[in-house]
Amino acid sequence: MKDAMIFDAVRSPRGKGKKDGSLHELTSVYLSAEILKGIRDKNQLETNLLEDVIWGNVTQVGEQGGCLARSAVLKAGFDQTTPGLSINRFCASGLEAVNLAANQVKAGAGLAYIAGGVEMMSRVPMGSDGAAIAVDPSLAMNTHFVPQGISADIISSLYGFSRDDVDAYAVESQRRAHLAWQENRFSKSVIRVKDQNGIEILSKDENIRPETSMQSLGSLKPSFKDMGETMPGFDGVAIQKYPNLEKIEHIHHAGNSSGIVDGAAAVLIADQDFGKISSIKPRAKIVSTAKVGTDPTIMLTGPIPAARKALETAKMQISDIDVFEVNEAFASVVLRFIQAYNLDPNKVNVNGGAIAMGHPLGATGAMILGTALDELERSDKNIALITLCVASGMGIATIIERI
Amino acid sequence: MSEFSLEIGTDEIAIVKWDLPNKTLNVLTLKGIEELENIVDELLSTKKVKGVVITSGKKDFAAGMDLNVLADLQANTMNQKNEKIFEFIIRVHKLLRKIEHGGMNEKTKKNGIPFVWANPGLSAGIGTEIGLACHHRIVAEGNRSKVGLPEILVGLFPGAGGATRVSRMVGLMTSAPILMEGKMFSPKNAKNAGLIDEITSSDDLINDAKNWIINATDEVMIKPWDRKGYKMPGGSPYHPNGFMTFVGASAMISSRTKNVYPAAKYLLSAIYEGALTDFDTALRIEARWFTKILTEKSTSNMIRTLFINKNAIEKGLRRPKKSQENKLENIGVVGAGMMGAGITHSAALNGINVTLIDKDLESVNLGISRISQILETGVKRGKLSGEKKQEILNRINPSTNYNDLCKTDLVIEAVFENPEIKNVVLREISNHADEKTIIASNTSTLPITDLANSIPDQESFLGIHFFSPVDKMNLVEIIKGKRTSESTIALAFDFVRQIRKTPIIVNDARNFYANRCIIPYINEGMIMVKEGVPPQVIENAALQLGMPLGPLQLIDEVSIELAISIADQTKKALGNNLEDNGISNVLSLMEKNKRFGRKVGAGFYEYNERGKRVCLWQELKTHFPHRKDQPNFSEVKSRLALIQCLEAVRALESKVLVDIREGDLGAILGWGCMPWAGGPFSWMDLKGSQWIAKECEQLSNKYGTRFQAGNLLQNLAKSNEKFYEKYATTLK
Repeated sequence: MKDAMIFDAVRSPRGKGKKDGSLHELTSVYLSAEILKGIRDKNQLETNLLEDVIWGNVTQVGEQGGCLARSAVLKAGFDQTTPGLSINRFCASGLEAVNLAANQVKAGAGLAYIAGGVEMMSRVPMGSDGAAIAVDPSLAMNTHFVPQGISADIISSLYGFSRDDVDAYAVESQRRAHLAWQENRFSKSVIRVKDQNGIEILSKDENIRPETSMQSLGSLKPSFKDMGETMPGFDGVAIQKYPNLEKIEHIHHAGNSSGIVDGAAAVLIADQDFGKISSIKPRAKIVSTAKVGTDPTIMLTGPIPAARKALETAKMQISDIDVFEVNEAFASVVLRFIQAYNLDPNKVNVNGGAIAMGHPLGATGAMILGTALDELERSDKNIALITLCVASGMGIATIIERI
Repeated sequence: MSEFSLEIGTDEIAIVKWDLPNKTLNVLTLKGIEELENIVDELLSTKKVKGVVITSGKKDFAAGMDLNVLADLQANTMNQKNEKIFEFIIRVHKLLRKIEHGGMNEKTKKNGIPFVWANPGLSAGIGTEIGLACHHRIVAEGNRSKVGLPEILVGLFPGAGGATRVSRMVGLMTSAPILMEGKMFSPKNAKNAGLIDEITSSDDLINDAKNWIINATDEVMIKPWDRKGYKMPGGSPYHPNGFMTFVGASAMISSRTKNVYPAAKYLLSAIYEGALTDFDTALRIEARWFTKILTEKSTSNMIRTLFINKNAIEKGLRRPKKSQENKLENIGVVGAGMMGAGITHSAALNGINVTLIDKDLESVNLGISRISQILETGVKRGKLSGEKKQEILNRINPSTNYNDLCKTDLVIEAVFENPEIKNVVLREISNHADEKTIIASNTSTLPITDLANSIPDQESFLGIHFFSPVDKMNLVEIIKGKRTSESTIALAFDFVRQIRKTPIIVNDARNFYANRCIIPYINEGMIMVKEGVPPQVIENAALQLGMPLGPLQLIDEVSIELAISIADQTKKALGNNLEDNGISNVLSLMEKNKRFGRKVGAGFYEYNERGKRVCLWQELKTHFPHRKDQPNFSEVKSRLALIQCLEAVRALESKVLVDIREGDLGAILGWGCMPWAGGPFSWMDLKGSQWIAKECEQLSNKYGTRFQAGNLLQNLAKSNEKFYEKYATTLK
């Protein structure tokens, strides 16, 4: 078995996922191509050496449809021998792309891959690709489908997180992200996005609100209360699965959930030999990967068993991990992960996360893998675990180690 | 004799008249389907007429499908049963689709014969579905005129194209009250909902239909879904507008039905899957889901209990045969409290004169104002005119004088549930009423044979047990004391039918049938509280069984005092033989904290100032801490179901309950016991007697003898038989 090495990881800055977001005017294929070009140019890659480009993307309709990966490869001007694969495992897509590439490299199926993803949430709205699990009654009723926000509220109700707990977590995410930018901690990996004339469009994550405080969050109304308690009454669906809950406390809102943003990220994964051929050095090794299925109703607790599986594969203990990136889909997801493994919160999402900077669905997994790698190098630590909760009750995890 | 007749006038318009021989209402039979097929084929092949009016020879159009046809399909054990049911449904679809096409040229969509639905009164189920296939729908104005698709209420859904046509006509959102709630609409509301096109007077019904035909063009014959570019109103499932509606519909149905009623679920699947295809494919999809609901055992159980057996029981299945029918004109009610007032209301509402007696005028007037209030609600909802209300009130004679009870056919005692008081009142009644007058007690728990001792003529004394609130609860238990005569039972039965309630006849024992089963249910709830099972788990388990109320909420509704007084009475009667299991600890805690239930705004639940339930009483867990080793949720459900069912079996074994068909019907109407399964005996049949016996063994080992299966159940399990195989004949 070969080793799968990470040679580089880059990302775009994250633009607000609205009409007034800076990246809104760019097409999905344009931003994808910019990031692909970015990682190519930074590493002076011969693109004909690439076995494949695996591109995570959740809402694969319209401009994100039709195998966007291949379109992006061609738009980026890669050698036409490089194919492209669009994949969707919801929020895990970006990291799943990395894991697929890594495991193929390990098995000897190809020398080098670019794995990553994109999501232009301001242009292709989340959910616009439909979803049988939500809409098909024969499935929705049997699986007790509820929207993710309700699931996040089930987690906090079941595991005892209060509105103050989740808000305090959100405030800390903002503080850490702001500090990280002030200290230029993302400078290695963020690629400035420019237009066709070379005019700069965005160079920084624009979703961060450093002024966020307990008071400012306190005024926000819970987002999922009405749909849970009144119309159409998702709480009644959830309680059938969790009958030890009398009631679901709705505490999640826009301020303690991940931000809707546009963004893309790419990771160069290859065999050791590729480094010699291309004269570049690997930065880290992919130690183990894992994906799991869990109860689709609570939906977002997948990181816990996924992490356990990745640790077992790597023959590691949770205490071996120096840095954790747990995607901040909702505050309760991270709080539950910390609680389940009794972690030091200072090791988790050290530079803030999706609550502050946003969660471009298909790209996030690859993005936070890069963030973890940068942080290992900055703090001179060795091992990081990256994990995300995934819609429909799944989880994903990857363990990387610096070399 | 034919069920459908065809008449073609000189105006070249065909009148198809539905008139089922020897019945007051039309229902669609197998023979009827065949006749209609032949008529439609003839009309469309010869094309001699300008149009067709489908109407009824009766006051109403139709009550729906002949449920016996469905019951036969369900009961059939033929090979390829599912295939045959599916074929049958497809056959009905084809017939209706033929009407819808009206023989038009497939390509040009021209030269069709228009069909008009002319409904003189009520139309439900397949009757309405025939209408939906027609090109124009007219309903005659009138008090009895109603249109709807109430299939969902018997555990079915409109499967003869109704689900597909209605959802495509009005969209999912608007179709919800029609399809998912099964509402019956007045002509005006039916028109607003988009179900019908025109309202007219009875006299003009046929003429209007003919006029529409004369003016009909090729264009008006084409249904929206048969046109190019058809879009579902409100959006199809993957249209941005439709998406949330469909997502919400699943949640709403799941939340409301607790996932125990499959009909709404299958209905929604038929609509969803159908909405993604063309109309003819959608009909096939609907037929597949309808086949599934028809072959669902719980559905046939529901139809069996709530239709077939209910009709038979109401028609006198268990009424003493020899006694001739009584028509009551005057009755007396003693005690003008909640129950007395309720009984008086029901009797007066149905044309019976009532002398309402209480100890003083103030109490009587309180009762009268209660009745007036119930009537007023009816007036406000447009169900009753102000005149009618007064007419009903005029039938009530308020009195404090027992002498006024002479010339009554029946006197019902409805005073406080205390044997001493009841004995005094009963003696007074028998002293003043005529010799022929039947005397009844509306006790809910006290043995009738004991109370009978206060009456000289014990043969004409019995129990007539109404449920609270009387105006809403349709079950009445008729209790035969040891010496009650057959003719007394017959009169009570006739009275209950006269006030349009459903009687079941049971033998005498403490708590009779219904309360005998309800009391252990609420007790089991309290026992689990004492054991340290979280109250929300208890309540959720009950709701997920398909009970309308969890045991703790039920206690709050009836009041803790009542629970205490029942416990005291039972203790007095049974002495040390009573298993307590900590019930008294729970009751005394509630009493000590003055948490008497909903009426005082505090019980097992907290209530807000408007009396709305807010949450469970949090302090309960400090008194009864939650145990570490929690039972499985399925075990909690089993306990709550079996504690009721076992008591029903004991009632049968001790001959208090005579007929399991009454047992199932009474349980559903009396305390809402698992209607989706067809009632407790039907539920046990669904589970299988061997499973029940095994579960009883496990639970009795763990929790005590109250879960022990008696001989009857064990024998049933030994031979792996069902209650309905051994203890009931199939009715038609």
